[in-house]
Amino acid sequence: MGGDFVAQLSIFVLAVFVGYYVVWSVTPALHTPLMAVTNAISSVIVVGAIIAVMGSSMGWTKILGFIALVLASVNIFGGFAVTQRMLAMYKKKNKGE
Amino acid sequence: MVNFSALVYLLSAVLFILALRGLSSPETSRSGNRWGMVGMALAIVTTVVYAWWSNATVGLMDLLWVLAALMMGAVIGLTTAKKIAMTAMPQLVAAFHSLVGLAAVLVAAAAYTQPAAFGLLDAKGEIFIASRIEMGLGIAIGAVTFSGSIIAFAKLQGLMSGAPVVFPGQHKLNALVGLLIIGLIAAFCVNASPGTLLLLTLLAFAIGFLLIIPIGGADMPVIVSMLNSYSGWAAAGIGFTLHNNALIVTGALVGSSGAILSYIMCKGMNRSFINVLLGGFGGDSAAGAASGAADDRPVKQGSAEDAAFIMKNAGSVIIVPGYGMAVAQAQHAVKEMADALKAEGVKVSYAIHPVAGRMPGHMNVLLAEANVPYDEVFELEDINSEFQSTDVAFVIGANDVTNPAAKTDPKSPIFGMPVLEVEKARTVLFVKRGMAAGYAGVQNELFYRDNTMMLFGDAKKVAEQIVRAL
Repeated sequence: MGGDFVAQLSIFVLAVFVGYYVVWSVTPALHTPLMAVTNAISSVIVVGAIIAVMGSSMGWTKILGFIALVLASVNIFGGFAVTQRMLAMYKKKNKGE
Repeated sequence: MVNFSALVYLLSAVLFILALRGLSSPETSRSGNRWGMVGMALAIVTTVVYAWWSNATVGLMDLLWVLAALMMGAVIGLTTAKKIAMTAMPQLVAAFHSLVGLAAVLVAAAAYTQPAAFGLLDAKGEIFIASRIEMGLGIAIGAVTFSGSIIAFAKLQGLMSGAPVVFPGQHKLNALVGLLIIGLIAAFCVNASPGTLLLLTLLAFAIGFLLIIPIGGADMPVIVSMLNSYSGWAAAGIGFTLHNNALIVTGALVGSSGAILSYIMCKGMNRSFINVLLGGFGGDSAAGAASGAADDRPVKQGSAEDAAFIMKNAGSVIIVPGYGMAVAQAQHAVKEMADALKAEGVKVSYAIHPVAGRMPGHMNVLLAEANVPYDEVFELEDINSEFQSTDVAFVIGANDVTNPAAKTDPKSPIFGMPVLEVEKARTVLFVKRGMAAGYAGVQNELFYRDNTMMLFGDAKKVAEQIVRAL
């Protein structure tokens, strides 16, 4: 267990650094889509909700998991869709003029 | 199979990193977003398949439960994403954050009610101590994210006043609740009792409310970014509990992303993060009195026709949009004006201050929606040196971000804030409803300059009148 935790912590710390460098390279013009998409991907928490729903018989665990699953799916679908919608609006200067 | 699903989770995490990496330029952003979707689909399918494969008691009904929940989420999420106005994006993002926070709380609670299903029990049938800490932290951060985002949403949506709510002893109360939460997490590690966990959750909800109510509407960009960061840390916390690397990596990415955005916003306002968190800004205007004497100085006023004439005969125009433009829904009229000017051979570009709008990058999205090409839109550092060689700066719906007092008057509350140096342009056209001070409650010295012409009226109407006059 102890070794497991250290391994996870290592992954976490390294991922924070990856995040730091990747996010600084995001152009400021796309900061709003950045927030929308980070919001969508943080809903990968849905994994935990699925385990709760599938790994238990009817009871609190399943109900809590089910609600969490609905909430996280709203975020996943809504977050990616709204990001896509925003990104589709960014156009270079050309044709239309 | 365990190893296989762990590998797929790793792949999802990599795809999420690519999704963020894609945002370094608009051209790569769309494919990046698709990689993110693939990563999410992989994570979901793997989890379902693995749960099915590893547990003989899982039946068809369980699968239907999952599908039903996913469908409900899809319908709500997709309709919202389709209908939402771009001006309402900050509210939407705040609302989404609250959902992540609440989901984190619920997942942690579900794990607590049936730790065996999550593999959290040691040989004696008790929850691992490490898991207790992770669970407690996950719940606390998730709950703060939830209730904080609800308040941010209410303030942005106008459901409650954007004015800071302050009362005596506020910071002491917050500190006390914060300490209690830490104490309860420690207690939960020892006793793992449901009562402790419930009390911890309730107090964490409370501190979320308490932390955000004293923060004024103008500081919401920082707060929305901060809550973005929290939602990431909450996800990472749950990832530790579930021993899931996809969650840990994603949580870390989102957490640092939100933290960087908060930092950029704070820098854009020249305020420290602590200063924003302590709240109360935007309510009073102590220093306003200093410049108050200047109020009855004359200003030069012009009509839309005058503005059209000046801009038509200019070589270059820089448009400085602010949130006021978005409120008046004037972005399309402004785009038309820019097109008409370009037809006259005028070089048009846009200058965006980091804190224009109500969330990071908000103004860029609003301009993109009005079909303004993104290569005509520039950030503060990139365009500030251009003003001195520009004929006309056209300020619409912005105020504080152009105030030269931020550079010259150490007494001003916005002193030190980076500003767009519009006063260096040959002529400044300032579209404004009236002479009222900006969000920070500061008079703008710019109005009284010789090279400034005020265009009073609604941003959209003024822009439309100029289009007609061109």
